[in-house]
Amino acid sequence: MAKTVVAPPTEDNISRAEMLDLYRLMLRVRRLEESVYRKFHEAKIGGYLHRYDGQEALVAGIVPQLQLPQDKILCTYRDHAHALACGTSAREIMAELMGRATGCAGGKGGSMHLIDPDKGFLGGDGIVGGPIPISVGVGYALQYTGSKNICVCYFGDGAMNQGGVHEAFNMVGLFKLPVLYILENNKYAMGTSVQRSTGQLDFVLKAKAHGIAGERIDGMDVLNVRRIAERVIKQIRETGEPYFLDVECYRFFGHGIGDDNTGGQKFYRSEEEVSKWRQRDPISQILRDLKHKGYINDEQIEAIEAEIKAEVEDAIHFAENSLEPPLESLYENVFSE
Amino acid sequence: MAVMRYQQAVRLAMTEEMRRDPNVFLLGEEIAQYQGTYRVTEGMLQEFGERRVVDTPISEIGIAGMATGAAMAGLRPVAEFMTWSFALSAMDQLINHAAKITYMSGGRIQCPVVFRGPAGVGTQLSAQHSHSLESWFAHTPGFKVVMPATPADAKGLLKTAIRDNNPIIFMEHAGLYGLSGEVPDDTEFMIPFGQAAVRREGTDISLVAYSRGVQMCLKAAEALAKDNISAEVIDLRTLVPLDMATVVASITKTHRAVVVQEEWRNVGFAAELATRIYEQAFDELDAPVERVAGADVPMPYAKNLERAAIPTDADIVAAAKRALA
Ligand SMILES: Cc1ncc(C[n+]2csc(CCOP(=O)(O)OP(=O)(O)O)c2C)c(N)n1
Ligand SMILES: [Mg+2]
Repeated sequence: MAKTVVAPPTEDNISRAEMLDLYRLMLRVRRLEESVYRKFHEAKIGGYLHRYDGQEALVAGIVPQLQLPQDKILCTYRDHAHALACGTSAREIMAELMGRATGCAGGKGGSMHLIDPDKGFLGGDGIVGGPIPISVGVGYALQYTGSKNICVCYFGDGAMNQGGVHEAFNMVGLFKLPVLYILENNKYAMGTSVQRSTGQLDFVLKAKAHGIAGERIDGMDVLNVRRIAERVIKQIRETGEPYFLDVECYRFFGHGIGDDNTGGQKFYRSEEEVSKWRQRDPISQILRDLKHKGYINDEQIEAIEAEIKAEVEDAIHFAENSLEPPLESLYENVFSE
Repeated sequence: MAVMRYQQAVRLAMTEEMRRDPNVFLLGEEIAQYQGTYRVTEGMLQEFGERRVVDTPISEIGIAGMATGAAMAGLRPVAEFMTWSFALSAMDQLINHAAKITYMSGGRIQCPVVFRGPAGVGTQLSAQHSHSLESWFAHTPGFKVVMPATPADAKGLLKTAIRDNNPIIFMEHAGLYGLSGEVPDDTEFMIPFGQAAVRREGTDISLVAYSRGVQMCLKAAEALAKDNISAEVIDLRTLVPLDMATVVASITKTHRAVVVQEEWRNVGFAAELATRIYEQAFDELDAPVERVAGADVPMPYAKNLERAAIPTDADIVAAAKRALA
């Protein structure tokens, strides 16, 4: 019998260009979040603000593999990364965060409600668990029209405890809808660890209980996420059946801007824990891999940084020089025309 | 008397009642270990322990049901919604269960439960985080609806709520948490439901409000005084039961009224209030009742649009002047 050569799990058939793209996308997310934080503290951005630092691999490893805008994405209020990955410009994101007419929702949504349907991005959601019942309908519409497209629905570990999630899972499992669930399992819902929020820590089992297959994966290594997502997305397209990924990750900052201001973090996690996870920073990991393969040199690293810095600065400049929405628009969009 | 913030007065009421009655316990998201999202329950886990200060998962249906069931079984739960906006997923437990069980059982079941938490608009929290929806709850028979406007009332009304044998909707306003005022030390300081307070006496016009609207009316009255208009400010304190006697007495003196609510205008509590004024004091009125309320739109994020959507003291001044024109 001929020997099959199985590639060891850490080796991917990934080109230099693709690897650089993953690095670039994750770095764009990181730099955007950093700038958004600065702008919040300059009082240019208001409301609630939730950073994605540390979780970048969950969008970078998945979204670029989708067929947008035909595939659809739903996510939580922690949504800046998802918008950027879907192709919403940094300009439109920043303008939305600053409440300008040029933002992706015309200034009406803000940080928790970024949205860009032309790019397949059906938006962030301020209600924990909110997008999950919606995913049933999106999945149904995709199946209904006979497309091979899928819906990717992101949500947090805390959302697993919402009643609506279990109704939705059951319906998706029953109707066999093409939905990929991405559990952004960063171990905490605000200050509540998963150990303190559920009697069943095996989240995959909960999905399976409703007829949705799934697995738990490491989400700090973007190549790992990408490899698994590639297989799973293909499988959903072929079978039309849902899948659930419990993706282990960590948020490097507090839950939201308030959590950082009040030092609320000290009530639920230690500095040591945070720094332990920071050592697995997905951006540092891929940079290490890129260097190891000789795919990048210092000059190129600097060039990418410079390019991203320019993009972010341009976005800030654009947003700051955009107008607020006109007052007449207050009553617009309550209904569609 | 001690001077304290509204948020501390809420905590004091719960603390005193928990010391008095071992059947009172708290449940909600982030209330124990994290010390409360708005620090309302700070230190309470330390004093009362995990059995009586219960951190729950993010499960509003579960929270509402656990509180209702525990009340049906003889305890006196105080359930916190992190904000009232998040109570929406629990509406069935609240309205179809908590509010109705006493009636449906022909009075055989008591349901002494308090549902509390911050309500109302914040700053740029946008469409899904800016609700109070008191009109929905006031619309539902079986709930008493309480909306304190001052630190002293926060304490006195919450203590009354905890000792009441019915389901209580207790809405704090996040925008009032920092407000300081004198609060009686007396552990038996209770404010009865259904007794409005005259916060400022006046003779030309009655400004009727609740919760943060009262603070806006007081500012408006200040401004009106500069134009030699004497405004009376009435704080309803509880929407159910509603003290119309105080409102009617005021209008009998002033003959004009502005009713104020922060929530959406259409089919809101202010409309009920205006109707009752017409029903009970029509002959006293020298002008139509003026209504100040929030814009009928999901709360927009942009600062300028949000400002336009939320009523202000200036809107109240303008409404008063229309009524007096
Ligand atoms: C129904 C509802 N309840 C409570 C909240 C307040 N809240 C916002 S985010 C959050 C924690 C969610 O944690 P998780 O689902 O793990 O997502 P993460 O923030 O970690 O990404 C809570 C309690 C809300 N937005 N919606
Ligand atoms: Mg989480």
